[in-house]
Amino acid sequence: MPTDTRRSAPPLHPAAAPRPATSRPHGKARSPLAALVLGFFLLFFALPVLWLVLAATKTDDQLVHGDPLSFGSWQALRANWEALTAFQDGAILVWLGNSALYAFLALVITLCVAIPAGYGLAKTEFRGRNTLLVVTLIVMLMPNATLVVPLFLELNAVGLIGSMWSVILPYSFYPFGVYLAYIFFTTALPTELLDAARLDGCSEFGVFRRVALPLAAPVIALVGFFGFVANWTNYFLPYVLLPTSGQFPVQVGLGELLNNVPQFNPTVGELAVQRPQLALATLLAITPVLLVFLFSQRFLVAGMLAGATKE
Amino acid sequence: MSSRVRWRVRAGHGFVAAYVVLLVAFGLVPTGYAIAFAFTDSTGAFAGLANFAAAASDFRFAAAAGHVAVYLVLWLVTLVVFVVGLALLLHRVTSRSLSRSLRFLYYIPGALAGSASVLVWLFLLDPAVSPAGFLLRAFGFDTFGQVVAPEHLPVLFTLIAFWTGAGGWIVVMYGALNTISPDLIEAARIDGAGAWQTARRVQLPLLRKWIVYMVILAFAGGTQLFVEPQLLSQASVGVAGRDYSLNQLSYDFAFRNDNVNTAAAVSVELLLVGLVAAGVFVVRSRFFDAD
Repeated sequence: MPTDTRRSAPPLHPAAAPRPATSRPHGKARSPLAALVLGFFLLFFALPVLWLVLAATKTDDQLVHGDPLSFGSWQALRANWEALTAFQDGAILVWLGNSALYAFLALVITLCVAIPAGYGLAKTEFRGRNTLLVVTLIVMLMPNATLVVPLFLELNAVGLIGSMWSVILPYSFYPFGVYLAYIFFTTALPTELLDAARLDGCSEFGVFRRVALPLAAPVIALVGFFGFVANWTNYFLPYVLLPTSGQFPVQVGLGELLNNVPQFNPTVGELAVQRPQLALATLLAITPVLLVFLFSQRFLVAGMLAGATKE
Repeated sequence: MSSRVRWRVRAGHGFVAAYVVLLVAFGLVPTGYAIAFAFTDSTGAFAGLANFAAAASDFRFAAAAGHVAVYLVLWLVTLVVFVVGLALLLHRVTSRSLSRSLRFLYYIPGALAGSASVLVWLFLLDPAVSPAGFLLRAFGFDTFGQVVAPEHLPVLFTLIAFWTGAGGWIVVMYGALNTISPDLIEAARIDGAGAWQTARRVQLPLLRKWIVYMVILAFAGGTQLFVEPQLLSQASVGVAGRDYSLNQLSYDFAFRNDNVNTAAAVSVELLLVGLVAAGVFVVRSRFFDAD
C-alpha cells in the first residue's frame, strides 16, 4: 500500500501513453529561452543524483573541501562501505534484505489479487460490480497515509504489531493496480475472444487462465512496476508498524542512520556515521528502484501503448 | 437466467473475492476503527465531538493546519505551472530522442521517493557540502540552521516534493499532449496562432482534466505531509519540523501523548479531506468511464 501517492510514481493512465509518430506536432524553430528553461530543469533534476553518486566515493573532508562534482577515490568508497556495513553489525544489509522481502512478498500477493480482480471487474457481470468499481476509484485516489494510524490500531487489536505481515498485507492492498488491470482488460481484451474460448468449452476460470492471462503480460509488468516502487519507497507505514531496528526496511533505516550523523545530530558519540557513508546508504537504498526504472522503461511504454491504442 | 450466466456471475465474485477481502481488511476496517476511536474516550464510552475539540484546541493543531495549508498552496501552484510548462516545452522539442531522454532524466528523482529524497536534500541544503553551496551563500545562508529556519520550510518541502514528483507528472502530461489530434494543432497554426496562442487556446483546454486529476492527487497527498518534516526535525535536533504537519501531530498524539482517541480524530479529519477530494473527482469528472 503506498502511503504517499504524491511521492510514489504517479499513475500513468494508459490513455496518456505516447502515441506513435503520427501525432507529433510540426517542429518549430527552437527558441533559446526554451532551451535555457529545459536545461535549467535538467540540472535541477539530474545534478543532485549525480552528486549523490559522487559523494559516496569521498571522505568527509573531500565532501566539504573538494569540488562537489569530482570523483573521490575507490579507496574512500571502499572505506565508506566498510564503515557503513560495520554500523550496528551490518544493519544496512539487514534493512535492504527486509525491504526486498517485504516489497517482493507484497508484490506477489498484489499481482495474485489485482490481476484477477481487474479482469472480474472488466469482463464479468455481478451484483455490486459498480459499487466495487467506485469504491476502488475513491480508495485509489485517497492518499493511504491517512490510514496509517488507524491501521496501527487495527493491527494492534489483532496482535500483528511487530510481525512483518503488518506491513506486507497492507502493502498488498493496491487499488491502483486493480484499476490498471481493469483498464487493460476493458480496452485491450476483445470480449469475442473470451466468448470463442467459452464456446470451445473453457470454464470461466479457464478463460481467464488460458486466454486473458497470457495476453496480460504488459499490465502485469505495469502493476508490478508501480507496486514495487510504492512498496519499496514507503516510509510512514513501516515507521509506525515495525518497532525494532532489525525489522526496518531501508527507508526507515536511513532515518536511523541520519540520527547517528554528528553534523545532523551533535549528541551522538563515537559510534558516529560519516556523511559520505550516509550518502552511500542512500544510494544503496535507491539502487533497486533506479534499476527497475532503467530496465523497464521500454517495456513500460509498450505496456501503456497496448492500453491506449485500443480506445 | 441460464445456468451459464449464473455461473458467470459466481465466477465474477470469485475473481474479485481476494481483492474484496483486502479492501475490507485494509481499507474499510481501519476507516471504521478510526471513526470508532475518534468518537469514544479511553474507556470506550461515546464521547461525541470531544476528541475533535481536544485536537482543535491543542496549541499545535492550528499551527500544523496552517503549515500544511501554506505548503499546499505553494506546492500546487509550483506543480501546475512547471509541470504543464515543461510538458509543453518538451512537446515542441523536435528531436524525439532528446525529448525522451529529458523526460527520463526528469523522472529519475522519482526513484528517490520517500526518505532518500529528504536525505539528499538535507545535503543539498547544507552550505558546507552542497553542490549549490554558492547559491545558498549568495542568498546569505552560511549554515544549515539558517537554511532550515521555520519560515523557509514550506518552500523547502515544495522543492523536495517537486524534485521527486514532478518528473512523473511531466511524463503523464506529455502523454496527454500526444493524444491531442495533430490536425487541431495544424489548424491553429494555419489560423496564425503562435506557440503561446496554441498552448493557451488549444492545448491547455484539452489538458484541463489531466491538470485537475494531478491537482486532486497532489492536494490529497500533500495534506499527508510526514516524512519530510519528520526527518528534518531529526536532522535539526527538533529545531525545525517537530509537529509541523497534521500527520506528525496525529502520530504524536498516538505514540507520545498516549492519546489514540485524539489521534484518531485528526486521522478522521484527514481521511475526510481525502475522501471528499477523491469522491468529488470520481463523481464529477467522468474521468474513469472506461466502459
